[in-house]
Amino acid sequence: MSRTLRVLAAMLTAIFAFAACSSGGTPAPSASRPTATGGPSASPSESSGASASPDASGSGAAPSLGGSVTVVGSWSGSEQESFLAMVEPWEEQTGTSVEYSGSRDLAAQLTAGIASGNLPDVAGLPGPGLMREWYDSGALKALDFVDFAKYESETPPGFAASGKASDDKLIGIFTKAAVKGLIFYNVAGYDGTEPESWDALNGLDPAPAEALWCIGFESGAASGWPGTDWIEDIVLRQSGPDVYDAWVGGEQKWTSPEIKQAFETLGDALDKAHGGSDFVVTTAFGAAANPMFTDPQGCKFHHQASFITDFFKNEGGAADGDFDFFVMPDINPEFAGAVTTAGDLFGMFNDTEQARSLIQYLLTAEAQQIWVERGGFISMNRNVPAEAYPDETSRRSAELLAAATAAKFDGSDLMPNAMNEAFFKAIMEFSQNQDNLDSILADLDTTQADAYSQ
Amino acid sequence: MPPILTAVLVVLAVPAVLVAYILLIEAIVTRLPRRVGPRIRPWLWLFPAFAFVGVFLIYPTIATMIRSVFDRRGEAFVGAENYVWFFGRNDTLTALRNNVIWVVALTAIVVGLGLVIAILVDRVRYESGAKAIIFLPMAISAVATGVIWRFMYELNPDVGTFNGVTAALGFDPQTWLVNEPRNTFMLILTGVWMQTGFAMVVLSAGLKGISTELLEAARVDGANELQVFRGITLPLLAPTIAVIATTIVIFALKTFDVVYVMTNGNFGSEVIANRMYKELFNNTQPGRASAIAVILFAAIVPVMLLNIKRFREQEAIR
Repeated sequence: MSRTLRVLAAMLTAIFAFAACSSGGTPAPSASRPTATGGPSASPSESSGASASPDASGSGAAPSLGGSVTVVGSWSGSEQESFLAMVEPWEEQTGTSVEYSGSRDLAAQLTAGIASGNLPDVAGLPGPGLMREWYDSGALKALDFVDFAKYESETPPGFAASGKASDDKLIGIFTKAAVKGLIFYNVAGYDGTEPESWDALNGLDPAPAEALWCIGFESGAASGWPGTDWIEDIVLRQSGPDVYDAWVGGEQKWTSPEIKQAFETLGDALDKAHGGSDFVVTTAFGAAANPMFTDPQGCKFHHQASFITDFFKNEGGAADGDFDFFVMPDINPEFAGAVTTAGDLFGMFNDTEQARSLIQYLLTAEAQQIWVERGGFISMNRNVPAEAYPDETSRRSAELLAAATAAKFDGSDLMPNAMNEAFFKAIMEFSQNQDNLDSILADLDTTQADAYSQ
Repeated sequence: MPPILTAVLVVLAVPAVLVAYILLIEAIVTRLPRRVGPRIRPWLWLFPAFAFVGVFLIYPTIATMIRSVFDRRGEAFVGAENYVWFFGRNDTLTALRNNVIWVVALTAIVVGLGLVIAILVDRVRYESGAKAIIFLPMAISAVATGVIWRFMYELNPDVGTFNGVTAALGFDPQTWLVNEPRNTFMLILTGVWMQTGFAMVVLSAGLKGISTELLEAARVDGANELQVFRGITLPLLAPTIAVIATTIVIFALKTFDVVYVMTNGNFGSEVIANRMYKELFNNTQPGRASAIAVILFAAIVPVMLLNIKRFREQEAIR
């Protein structure tokens, strides 16, 4: 009997051990944060079928290549349908099929793909930081075949260059954009006059609302990111694109007067925020603007990117037409017209004829117009006509982007991950107690010195 | 391979391989000379277990130690640089300090509370019911606990239980997870909620093991309840308390999920394990993450050794 028992015990041990080993193969969890770009898209409006198929002959795609291109992107549902509709004319023209799959966590999937060598030809990229890392490690290929001068002339100034690697080669392209730094208001509480300057805006009388601002920075493990958008908008408007670039690139210290001033400017707004610092640090960004739609109104303004309107409707109980927006006003007139943006990047992992052709095609105004007309897409390409946009918010966002004198990519997304994470944390700590600003900035300098040298 | 085929393979092939291995070694052992066979048999039987422990426990431990003295990409040897980094940064030292607070406070509260509850429920009729309720949180995953307690601490008094109470008492709502150092204790409280049931059940079992004659004899000799507790119950319960305490200390050192879900280390509530996760997955710094893992390991080893020593002593008494 003891012999049978022993056999059984040995077998069980082995089975458990095997089970433990086989579960070890699951992909490691990766911290993800909601990127402001990938916010919920507006539902596609009824597309005007007649104008949906552009004249593809001008797109420059080589005829009949055959074969297929594998594409991984972050889009699913209606966005995925729109993407497939966008590439359909190209598929017809070249005889190449696009094999698309959507992934909720691009960073984890592509990191695993690089390790195993199982990569798509073309992929959406989670952000410029990882994009550069992957290029440096040799996984991502340079896009030398793209006519950079033409691409740059068609996109808002300064934007195309964000897709470049440290050796000045183009490695990522932008097609879809989001405009940040919009100031939303409830039409019942504000007449929509665009304040002339930031000081004028922040000095407005909050009445009939209780407070001037609705601010909420909580976002789970990514808490603080809405505040980083604030700082980026302020730095760009207050100290200009050169300081912005130096700061994002790790050459401008956090303790420098320019960055400190930006934090203090945010502090002025925080002082006028609904519910005080307690509300700011504990309220989820999606619910932050809810008091704007209560009666009596809790606050007058809310600062966020274009995607937030979906939250107004779902969390705040607002309806279309209850709210409107203007662009965050200039702080220093010298840098008037600067906006911060975000966008979805595309890169190439396998250098094939088909992949090159697809990248070329995605950059064209004809291709992007297809998605623009389906809704939920703001095009990077200035040649997409404003009439193509089906709704007011996206049309105005696109006009803003096209008219911008300096369009800068979301700075925290461009920073190394360790810097980005420390920035989030600093925002939370600053919002809770503004008196600690100096020590918070000094800590950020320590991280900066470390993170950029890795 | 389709998943169903993999499953079938695992269910059938793995036991088959093991049975084959056992049959094979038995066939070999019985054919060996009489003196050699019985000697090597235990080793052959133990081999699979040793192999698994080696591959899945010992090898990763050694690999982590080696990795911790290499740079980010694992190419250049950097000596103690990752450790110097750990002990030279404000945020990591905050994490270290908080882990010390966790170890001391969580262990003291859980063992103390567990002991008190175990003794009290021992004297009531509805003992099993009371124990079941206190034990229940053990069955809830740590992440779910974090989510639940986030609601408990919520600022809005209509949602947050704690602020519901403060509002009823006429105070302003509090941000429980924001102000330092209160937030760390609020996080530890969730740990108490999770672990007290476990401590109570084990201590209660230990309590039942103390013979009633001993207690009766003491009472007959005129000892009051406090004297009985201090003179008899506590010394006899000491080994059990030691086991519980070590378990809780290790839990406190490893604590991650609750902190990750509730504050993610903001406002000075960082802990070592959360820092390790961030270095590995957010900052892609496997060298530093490995160094943190080794430091954590080094902190746990003495506790383990103490536990083993105690276990040996107990065995020796028996």
